[in-house]
Amino acid sequence: MRRAVYNYLYFLWRCVRLIFEGDWRYYTWIGVLLVFMLLGLNAYMKQFVHGLATTGMSDQVSWGVYIANFTFLVGVAAAAVMLVIPVYVYGNRDLHDLVIFGELLAVAAILMCLAFVVVDLGRPDRFWHLLPGIGRFHWPISMLSWDVIVLNGYLLLNLHICGYLLYCRYVNKHPAKWFYIPFVFIAMVWAISIHTVTAFLYVGLGGRPFWNSAIVGPRFIASAFTSGPALIILALQVIRKVTDYQITNRALLTLRSIVQVSMLINLFLFVNELFKEFYTDSLHVASARYLFLGLHGHSALVPWIWTALALNLAATILLVLPLSQSLRYLNVACVLAFVGIWIEKGMGLVIPGFIPTPLGELVEYQPTLNETLICLGIWAFGFWAYTIFLRMAVPILQGRVNRNNEDRPWSPEEVQGVGPGGR
Amino acid sequence: MQRQPYATGEMSRRSFLRNTAIVSSAVAAMAAALAPLRELDEFPSLEEFLQKHYKELTPEEMDRILKRIADEVEKEYGRRPEIKDYKPLNGVQFVYCLNLTRCVGCRKCVHACVAENNQSRSPEIQYIRVLEMPNGTFDVEQSEHTYQPPAVPREQRYYMPVQCHQCRKPPCVKACPVEATWQEEDGITVVDYDWCIGCRYCEAACPYWARRFNWAKPRIPKDKLNLNMSYLGNRPRKKGVMEKCHFCIQRTRAGRYPACLEVCPTGSRKFGNILDPESEVSYILRNRRVFVLKEEVGTMPRFYYYFDV
Repeated sequence: MRRAVYNYLYFLWRCVRLIFEGDWRYYTWIGVLLVFMLLGLNAYMKQFVHGLATTGMSDQVSWGVYIANFTFLVGVAAAAVMLVIPVYVYGNRDLHDLVIFGELLAVAAILMCLAFVVVDLGRPDRFWHLLPGIGRFHWPISMLSWDVIVLNGYLLLNLHICGYLLYCRYVNKHPAKWFYIPFVFIAMVWAISIHTVTAFLYVGLGGRPFWNSAIVGPRFIASAFTSGPALIILALQVIRKVTDYQITNRALLTLRSIVQVSMLINLFLFVNELFKEFYTDSLHVASARYLFLGLHGHSALVPWIWTALALNLAATILLVLPLSQSLRYLNVACVLAFVGIWIEKGMGLVIPGFIPTPLGELVEYQPTLNETLICLGIWAFGFWAYTIFLRMAVPILQGRVNRNNEDRPWSPEEVQGVGPGGR
Repeated sequence: MQRQPYATGEMSRRSFLRNTAIVSSAVAAMAAALAPLRELDEFPSLEEFLQKHYKELTPEEMDRILKRIADEVEKEYGRRPEIKDYKPLNGVQFVYCLNLTRCVGCRKCVHACVAENNQSRSPEIQYIRVLEMPNGTFDVEQSEHTYQPPAVPREQRYYMPVQCHQCRKPPCVKACPVEATWQEEDGITVVDYDWCIGCRYCEAACPYWARRFNWAKPRIPKDKLNLNMSYLGNRPRKKGVMEKCHFCIQRTRAGRYPACLEVCPTGSRKFGNILDPESEVSYILRNRRVFVLKEEVGTMPRFYYYFDV
């Protein structure tokens, strides 16, 4: 038992060492990310000292880009399931070896989500009040308490699945099915739940008609299953380019059909929402009117939402045309869809819910530079996390970093007698 | 795999210099990033950090906390407050009635509230928002929030003050992930300022826009501090927590009227115990044309509007 722990710690130690190994491109990329992370940290320290007054938020618009990014990234995290389902339910071979990259992306996305929630708190020092059993957790009544559970649960599930499979590969052992397959299936349902619960945060508020709409949940899922796999398509090609890991075009095209269908559903639900708001034309249309057309001379979000719409439409056209079977056009479509949905779901969903206020006041929101730097810092942190996860995972999956080539200086006898296939 | 031992002393010196340069620039960058922390003026003490939820405090612990708060206030403002933890009175449920026929929109209630409840003056936090409404509608979107005429009331307008409606089914209480806000026996929804984590979900949940957040450290001129304080009411708040109207707990639970009512020059504001059939509010609810704002959201407010005629 002690030796097993010892072996595992040594495995972790090798993983950590891998972070520091790479060519100049790797170091440049990491260096750029570190600069943004430090700028973000500096901006957060300013916010920590002077309060959330350093942001553009107000009592009128009390959530801003932090919660917008959080909402979007929960979707990205949930989208890992779009690799898992084809492989584990439909036995897709093309995607089989790529599932882990999706799951690692989910881990990175959840870490970003947690960071975005923490920077949004007025009293981050009281974070422990949220811990079940230790603080005073308002479960099951508060939807935010549900979100804490599902997000952290999803993080643990994915860490377990990825960590276990990678360790098995490292020690040349077949993974024990009972030790990960049940978790894979739990994680499938769980992935849907994280984004549904995040939608319910908004849907449950009767005083905010813009959010209090049953279609928000389905729209969240559809847009997540567009933007997440779109990001995975791009990420996989980067992996293919900078490593010699085998990723087939067929795998990418399987993901293309997922993005294609999700995007069409997303647009369809979007049209439903538009019809309900504008055809009914009740007093509740105010937020939607503000978002799309401007209200009483206030129109800060109008250019954003029409840009998002244009990007989404362009992406849809590219995705349905056979043109996007060529990777170059597929990549363009993925970038358009990713950015379009980021705007639509971030700026386009969170901010207009506050405008006008429940008392009919029109106060607009504009993120400050400090707030923007914090967001960039967290995005850089997410990219950094995903990069180092890949830095560890790829050589392990390829067998280049393996139990057999350990160079433990302190216990050489450990290495002897361990061949492929393990003990 | 065998590690290559360093071939010459020069190599090792060069790599030593390089590593030193990397480590020291990393430390310097980190220090620069953390530099704003030097301006941090208030950091919770261990005792504050570990303080339990209001409902879990024993009377002795509450006494100790009240003393600590009094010490803090004295240190910061130079005067010692009278601070108590006022409990709900038996057989009392408060309601508020506001006469729309009489209100002239002078906003005296807004400022009396700020003075009574030790709200931050810079930036100024106000619990009461008076809407100037055009005759002929209840649509709040047509209201004017920042009206500044030379004299009120203006022609063809009526005035509707809005503050916390102390809902019987409060969406803010449902929203809070840590139970930092709850409804008391006498119907007042309160906030434990020492438990709130500042997520502002309650602010998003409120259909009456009644909650206010301390976006920065609250600032109150020393001579303006109201020394009659309560734990769940008007004690000075900290940066990063939520606050709201609490029907002046420090007054109403001691048998007095709220500050907004006392200052009202038109007598538009009525307050009392709805469980007492002889009370003025009971009379109004029985005999006047009464309505609640946004009845359709189903929050069942304890704040009623009514007309004289």
